[in-house]
Amino acid sequence: METKRSPRILVFSTEKISDPGIDQAGLRKIHYSPSVYVISLPCSSGIKPRWVLHALKKGFDGIFIAADGHECSFSPHCAELTNNIIVECQRRMKEENFNPKRIRMAALCSVCAEPFASHMANFSKILAELES
Amino acid sequence: MEEKQEKKRIGVYICHCGGNISDYVDVEQLRDIVSNEKNVVISKNVMFACADSNQKEMIKDIQEEQLDGIVVASCSPKLHLHTFRNVAERAGLNPYNYVQVNVREQCSWAHSDHPDQASYKAAGLIRAGIKRVSHSEALENIQIKAHKSVVIIGAGVSGMRASIDLARMGNQVFLIEKEANAGGQIAGKGKLFPTEQTGKMVVDTLMDQIRRLPNITLFTEARVAKVTGSIGNFKVDIVIQKAQDETISLQAGSILVTTGYETYTPKEGEFGFQTSPRVITLDVFDRMIRECEGKLVYDKKQVSSVAFIYCVGMRQSKGDNKYCSRTCCTSTIHSSLVMHEKFPRIRALHLYRDIRTYGKQEMLYEKSSKAGDIYLMFQEQHPPHVESSGDQMKITVKDHLTGKQELDVKVDLVVLVTGMVPRTDSNQVAELLKIPVGSDKFYNEIHPKLRPVETVINGVFLGGSCQGPKNISESVQSSLSAAAKINAIIRKETIELEPIIARIDAEKCTWCGKCQEVCEYDAIFQVETNGKLVAAVNEAVCKGCGICTPVCPYDAIDLIQYTNQEIEGMIDGFAQDVELKAREREEGAAHEEGGVMMKDFPQLWRSIMDVLDEGPKTIPQIALKLSQPAELITWHMMTMNKYFIVEPAGIDENDEYYRYQLKNKA
Repeated sequence: METKRSPRILVFSTEKISDPGIDQAGLRKIHYSPSVYVISLPCSSGIKPRWVLHALKKGFDGIFIAADGHECSFSPHCAELTNNIIVECQRRMKEENFNPKRIRMAALCSVCAEPFASHMANFSKILAELES
Repeated sequence: MEEKQEKKRIGVYICHCGGNISDYVDVEQLRDIVSNEKNVVISKNVMFACADSNQKEMIKDIQEEQLDGIVVASCSPKLHLHTFRNVAERAGLNPYNYVQVNVREQCSWAHSDHPDQASYKAAGLIRAGIKRVSHSEALENIQIKAHKSVVIIGAGVSGMRASIDLARMGNQVFLIEKEANAGGQIAGKGKLFPTEQTGKMVVDTLMDQIRRLPNITLFTEARVAKVTGSIGNFKVDIVIQKAQDETISLQAGSILVTTGYETYTPKEGEFGFQTSPRVITLDVFDRMIRECEGKLVYDKKQVSSVAFIYCVGMRQSKGDNKYCSRTCCTSTIHSSLVMHEKFPRIRALHLYRDIRTYGKQEMLYEKSSKAGDIYLMFQEQHPPHVESSGDQMKITVKDHLTGKQELDVKVDLVVLVTGMVPRTDSNQVAELLKIPVGSDKFYNEIHPKLRPVETVINGVFLGGSCQGPKNISESVQSSLSAAAKINAIIRKETIELEPIIARIDAEKCTWCGKCQEVCEYDAIFQVETNGKLVAAVNEAVCKGCGICTPVCPYDAIDLIQYTNQEIEGMIDGFAQDVELKAREREEGAAHEEGGVMMKDFPQLWRSIMDVLDEGPKTIPQIALKLSQPAELITWHMMTMNKYFIVEPAGIDENDEYYRYQLKNKA
């Protein structure tokens, strides 16, 4: 069994917006790294920084936040709130000696199948470069 | 947070999905690995987890093995979350003690190029599901009393039509109209495509039906002043403009917003609007056609040529209105045809960016072209220039389709085709109801395709063009769809809500107010508990977004079903390493359970086909006839179904099992 894998990425997606886009990538067999794992939440502004830190400590190489942005049906301030979470995560990551580049955010919509795969490829590349 | 009792008897079902999963993921090996996980008492492979026979099997397992949590590793939860929640419920297990793991869309299909790594990932996903269900808690849906009444804001054609259906379904309807008369924008329209009825005729027909329904109350010259409460029990205060304003409070189980649109007013000087004498909008032109008799006259001069300029104020790459208003191409061409009918021999020139007469409206475009109307295409960066020229208007336009040749055309009248824009008071209504507004400033639904008339506020629905440009039929379709949804919710007078809401740990909370600041729905309030001020959540109002959870400096808020234990447990499940043996892929290899070899399949299929030759049969009937286990027959029937050899032929007389028949026997 092959043991060398591409960087492990934990994606926080949202049930109504980015999740259908990620599902669609699978449906259309648009491939991305099998080291990508997805946790789905109601809103990207509900991600607790402690979960991000927990994942990094457990061996994830990077955290990707599929943000709802302006499409969020819960809050018109979602983009700003999610960004605040990233800032707080990066602050805590620095304290714990994790490179802040290990967290990344992009807005993904319910049909963003290709963009999702391409974000995963780019982020994997960035994370692999951090290792070298 | 309160520590929950870990589940002790978990059942895990890993679905083949007829090969969609098992062709790439080694489901048999995963079943064996999972069976060794802590607290897992059942680990099974199933051909189709969603199949009726498997659902029955799961119910049996839950009851006989006294399972306290179940995990189904199959397709996206969007497809079968509720299917398996119902299975759990039918077996007497709390439906929230079920977790669905997506090993198809987010694993076998996405990684079909790397089957071994897909299996590795699936192991992590399933373990995460087990960890999640270990910490899941039994929840009861929130029950809320509902008034069997609806407030409809806006008595245009959408609101009027929806009020009639809702009233006929036995609901009390309060129809609120800001203007002195019902009918909205349509009341002032002339002939409408395709029925050629006038707007007034449409409105009169609806008004006649409303008058006959005693359970509709129409309030005119009324505006909504305040909305409180939540789904099932809204209190809507309306102010009726009289010599002395009167305030009335209405109780409603649901609210339908059908506030409509406004027409774009061109800016001063835009294509000569208000600065040149013979430039008008399409609405004014339509009124002229209706009011003139014998000859078309504008400003005391007979009109013998008209130029329509399309997309005025719409599709602006640099302005506010980036969208297409959809209805204006059809309206303009229809107006041109009505003009030709009433005043023959008037020349019509259409200066357009694109013609969007979708659907059967395309016939109008064809008819107009045949009537001799001239169409010239221009581009946004080269808009037509309009100036006065004696008692006519001179238009200079670069014709995009003939090598960008610049043309000068003189006409008697320039008509600016303006589209739909959100109402100027739409923000006030949005603020009262807390419904989101999109970047185009129209109201936003939850999902444009899957939940097109619902808003994120439970119980508040959208209908018609307050949501974006729509023609009359589309507006009525959406408001009737909302009416049907509303009736389905309030007709039982009791509503069940999912209990996914925020929960405060009063011991940790010190009331800093940060959670209240970010809550868009005023769901968080202050209470005193044991002499201490803490935050509390209004269950009926909380939307379960979780936005309040990360802002708490003391981590005193969790979203139910997304608690720290559940999310961090999932991360632990993903992170756990797994040793997988390389998968054997020999053709004709023995299938595990049942000991049936690949080469045996055709014979068994032939036997099944022989049985079905007699007529439709259920799986237990076929199994009995062939003296084979029902599980084995299910397995083969599902594959035969996938390859279109058999097909379902309705449920049996006991409402218990599906019958199947040969596909070519249908």
